[in-house]
Amino acid sequence: MGMTMIEKILARAAGLPAVAPGDVVTVGVETAVVIDQNFMHNRMREPKRVWDPDKVVIMLDHIAPADTPMRANIHKAARKFAEKQGITQFHDVNGGLGICHQLVADYGYALPGSVLACVDSHTCSAGAFNCAARGIGHPEMAYVLATGRTWFPVVETVRYEFVSELPRVLNGKDVILHIANTYGDHAMQNVEFVGPGVAAMSMNTRRTIATMCAEISTEFAVFEADERCIEHVRSRSPDAAFEPQAADADAVYADVRTVDLGALEPLVAFPDTVVRNSRPVSEAANVRIDQAFIGSCANGTLDDFEAAATVLKGRKIARGTRLIVTPGSQAVLLEATRRGYVETLLEAGAVVTNSTCGACCGYSNGVLGAGEVCITASTRNFKGRMGSPEASIYLASPATVAASAVRGFIADPRDMM
Amino acid sequence: MTIRGKTWKFGDHINTDLILPGPVMLMPYDEQPRHVFAANRPGWVDEVGAGDVLIAGRNFGTGSGRPAARSLKVLGLSCLVAESINGLFFRNCVNYGFPAMECPGVSEAFEEGDGAEVDFAAFTVRNARTGQTLQGRRFPEMLLKIIEAGGIYPLMEAQGLLAEPNPETA
Repeated sequence: MGMTMIEKILARAAGLPAVAPGDVVTVGVETAVVIDQNFMHNRMREPKRVWDPDKVVIMLDHIAPADTPMRANIHKAARKFAEKQGITQFHDVNGGLGICHQLVADYGYALPGSVLACVDSHTCSAGAFNCAARGIGHPEMAYVLATGRTWFPVVETVRYEFVSELPRVLNGKDVILHIANTYGDHAMQNVEFVGPGVAAMSMNTRRTIATMCAEISTEFAVFEADERCIEHVRSRSPDAAFEPQAADADAVYADVRTVDLGALEPLVAFPDTVVRNSRPVSEAANVRIDQAFIGSCANGTLDDFEAAATVLKGRKIARGTRLIVTPGSQAVLLEATRRGYVETLLEAGAVVTNSTCGACCGYSNGVLGAGEVCITASTRNFKGRMGSPEASIYLASPATVAASAVRGFIADPRDMM
Repeated sequence: MTIRGKTWKFGDHINTDLILPGPVMLMPYDEQPRHVFAANRPGWVDEVGAGDVLIAGRNFGTGSGRPAARSLKVLGLSCLVAESINGLFFRNCVNYGFPAMECPGVSEAFEEGDGAEVDFAAFTVRNARTGQTLQGRRFPEMLLKIIEAGGIYPLMEAQGLLAEPNPETA
C-alpha cells in the first residue's frame, strides 16, 4: 500500500519501511526550535544536557524586546541556556529578531522531508517546506532537547488539490478560511496540499495556509516540494542535505478535495471561532472597526506588506480607526523598508511596530479594550485572544484589513487594488 | 486506572484562549488556574471540586501550546472525556499527566452533574445515572504509562535528565 506525503516523512524519521494510520511512531527530530515562552515560569524544565546543540535554534519572539522585569529575566534565562549548552543558532533582540515561524522560513531551518518541533501551535507553518513540523507541549520539548526524539500518531490524510490560480487580490488567508468554512475542523487528520495551483503560489502564500492549519486542528500539514520550495531552502541553507517526500501514486486518503483558487473571493471569519464561521466580505460590510492589525506568523510577510501598501498607496486610514502593522521579522521589515512599503504605510497613518508576536497573542503592541472591534490578519479570533474578552475579533487577509482601515468599516479590497 | 466523578459539560471547539487566556499567562504560575474559563463560564473555578470529570464536545483544546491542560489538572479535575481532542492539547494532557480520552457520543450521553465512571484500561465511559456505557478511542499503552507516572517530568527526573528549575523565571 502506498503512503501519503506525511506518512513517508514519518516513516523515514522513524527508520521504518512503512507506517499506516493507527500507528504511533517514535521519530528523531531534525530541528528543535526553542522560544522565549519555554523559559516562562520554567514551563520547559531545562535538560542537563542538550542532545545536539547544532540541531537547536533559540528565538525570542512572543514579547521582544522585554517589557517587564519578568520578561527580561526570561530572555536572560534563554541567553544563559544557549551559552551553557553551546547553542549558537540564537535569535536575540538584534538584526535576527522575529517571530519563530517567520525566522524558520527566513533562515531555512525547515528542511524538506524532515521533522521540526517547537512549542508554538503554529509550528505547522513549516509544512510549506514539505517539513513535518508540529507544535508540541513544553514538558515534551524538555524531552526532545534531552533525547532528540518524540512520538507522533499516524492519522489519516486529507488531500487538497489546488487548481487554477489565486487572483492577486486574494491571499492564502482567503484559501484557508474557505477550507475551514467548507470542511470544518480536521482534528486527528493530516492534510497535504498539491496540484497545479501550488506552482504559482509564493512561499509566503503557502506558509500562510500551512500556518493556519493550526486553526483547523490538523496533526500535520504539508505542501509538496516543488522547484520554488527547493530553491528557497537552498538559497538559505546551502549546505544542508535533505530528502523531499512526495506521496505515492497509490496512497490512501480519507478524502481528496479540489479547491478552485480562481473561484474564491475575499472572506471574513466572524468573532470567536475560525471553523465554519466565515462569510464573504460583503456580508460584514456594515461592521465598524476601532482597530485593524496586520502581522503574526501567518501574515507578517513581505507579500503582506506589499498587499497593504498597494491598498494604502495615496490613501489615509479612516478617522477614529488605527492600523497597526507588525513585521514577521527584522529581515521582512528591512526589505519592506527598502521597497518603500513602510513609507507608504506610515504616510497612510499606520503604526509600524517592532517584530514580535505582539497583538496576535494579546501581549503587546495592539491589545484591545472592552467593546472594541478589530479586524486582523493574524491567526486567531478567539474570545479574549487579543486582550479584553469583551472585544470582537474578525479575521481576514491583509488586503481586506488594509481596505477596512481606510473605510473604518469592514471593506472589500477588490475596490482598492 | 478507573476514575469516578461528577461531570461538568462544555460544548464544541473549546479553545485554549478560553481555558487559559493569554494575559493571564503573565501572572504568577500558581494564580493562573483561577482564571480558567473566566470569559465563557465565570465563577466556575469556585464550583468545580476535586475529582470532577470534564465532558466536552468536538475538538476540545484547539489553539495554542500553552500549559492549559496543566491548569485543568491543578484545579482538581480528574480527567477529560471529549468527542474529539485537539492533537496538541492531547499531547499536553499526556505530558502533564492529565488523563484524557476521546469518546464519540459522550456529549449526548451525559447531562451536567451526572456521575461518570471512566475506565482507562478498557477505554470505556459509563454514565452512573443512565447506566449507558460508551466505548472511547484507545491509545497506546506507552502514553497511558506517561499519564500514570504523572507526566513526562517525573519520568525525566527519574532518569536524571533535568536540571534544577531557574528561580529567576519561576
